[in-house]
Amino acid sequence: MEKKIRVLVAKVGLDGHDRGAKVLARFLRDSGFEVIYTGLHRTPQEVAMAAVDEDVDVVGISLHSGAHLTLVPKVINYIREYGGNPEEMLILVGGIIPTDDIAELKKMGVDEVFIPGTPISEIVDFIKKKLPEKRKGNER
Amino acid sequence: MNAEEVVRGLLSGNRRALARAITYVENEYPESKEIMKQIYPKTGKAHVVGLTGFPGVGKSTIVSKLTEEFRRRGKRVGIIAIDPGSPFTGGALLGDRLRLDGMDTRKPLWTDPGVFFRSMSSRGRAGGLAAKTGDVVRLLDAFGFDIILVETVGAGQSEVDIIEVADTSVVVLMPETGDEIQVNKAGILEIGDIYVVNKADLGGAEKVERWLQYMLSLDEESVQMLSQMTHADEARLASGEFFERRKGWNPPVIKTVADRGEGIRELADAIEEHFEYMKKTGLIDKRRRERVKRELFEIVMNDVIKLVKEKTDYREMIMKLLKGETDPYTAAEQIVEEVIHNAGKE
Repeated sequence: MEKKIRVLVAKVGLDGHDRGAKVLARFLRDSGFEVIYTGLHRTPQEVAMAAVDEDVDVVGISLHSGAHLTLVPKVINYIREYGGNPEEMLILVGGIIPTDDIAELKKMGVDEVFIPGTPISEIVDFIKKKLPEKRKGNER
Repeated sequence: MNAEEVVRGLLSGNRRALARAITYVENEYPESKEIMKQIYPKTGKAHVVGLTGFPGVGKSTIVSKLTEEFRRRGKRVGIIAIDPGSPFTGGALLGDRLRLDGMDTRKPLWTDPGVFFRSMSSRGRAGGLAAKTGDVVRLLDAFGFDIILVETVGAGQSEVDIIEVADTSVVVLMPETGDEIQVNKAGILEIGDIYVVNKADLGGAEKVERWLQYMLSLDEESVQMLSQMTHADEARLASGEFFERRKGWNPPVIKTVADRGEGIRELADAIEEHFEYMKKTGLIDKRRRERVKRELFEIVMNDVIKLVKEKTDYREMIMKLLKGETDPYTAAEQIVEEVIHNAGKE
């Protein structure tokens, strides 16, 4: 039986804009993924614990607050702290992210950053293409 | 993680191992059988509580508030929340975690080490549960949770599979969901050990409560009528067996306003009382015997079908069926014979 791809869609920090996250969750559902939405105003610990307990393959973090360089690495570190392995997950970031910060986020362990205007099909294709590559060499 | 690491981790309280075990079982990885075999002796202690009801009646909110209440009572709570998977794309939006907001703590409940929450997709299965719900309940049980709450898919009238995994079934309704004919229809409204009328602050809660009481009073009369009948036809025996499920337990009807926490303490009391009652009367053994039997048959069935696929020319049989050269009953007889004949051979 083929494993279903599980995606956590998370809003981190003080930012109340979840329209994008909800729309994304809906389209990921229609692309055949199992999508878990955490709700607004989550702390990095809360998101990390949910990601580990739900044993997701993809963590999508949405931020519009400008705090991405602070909060995103925290999520990744907490996933590790709670026993998860961010190396075998895809870590995606979406929202208002200045272009200059994208390289910085990638250095921190983010696999890709999607800024407003990205067609959803691009995100779906990215997950389907990159997830097997990332899993390769890592345990299941 | 291999099967052994998962089992060792799970039995020593490692949440990561539990999370992984659920993934293995849910996706029927080859390791899952070994995991289930090894944890099985550690199961049977938890109180499994099912919550079912129509979409939007407040099941997730009740689960959240009940979790807080049971935590206050010092119990560790495992939660499985099932949402529907799309029959078209296979995708699912699992939105029950969202409700675990934590009224008292102002922190989502899943950050409490005494709480574990897992979302599951029904993956297109009818009945209100995911196919592997029973096994996931056992994993949580072996991990050491005292109470396991299973929230079904927002159920329609006939989604009653919850009684196959739960010791206590809670049926949740709300005002304006029907009249006295609705509550007397067969299916979901027959299965409750406890009934909840949520959103009781809306008008009409008393009406639903009254209709439920009326329905339950007819249950009692049915039992008397059936016991007086001497004619042992099948319907009578089946009904007798059905009411035997309750063994003198009168299901309470509890009004709640879950988002404000009203009625939750009473509900938690009723859930605990029902468990005590079942233990005292031996009802729990009867229900669990039924469950074990169903589990066994299901596993046997899966194994037999696997054998059929491995050891017989079932494909040829399908071709014959398509060409009209045989009928499915004859084909099945031949396949069963072939399986028995070939089963011992490598």
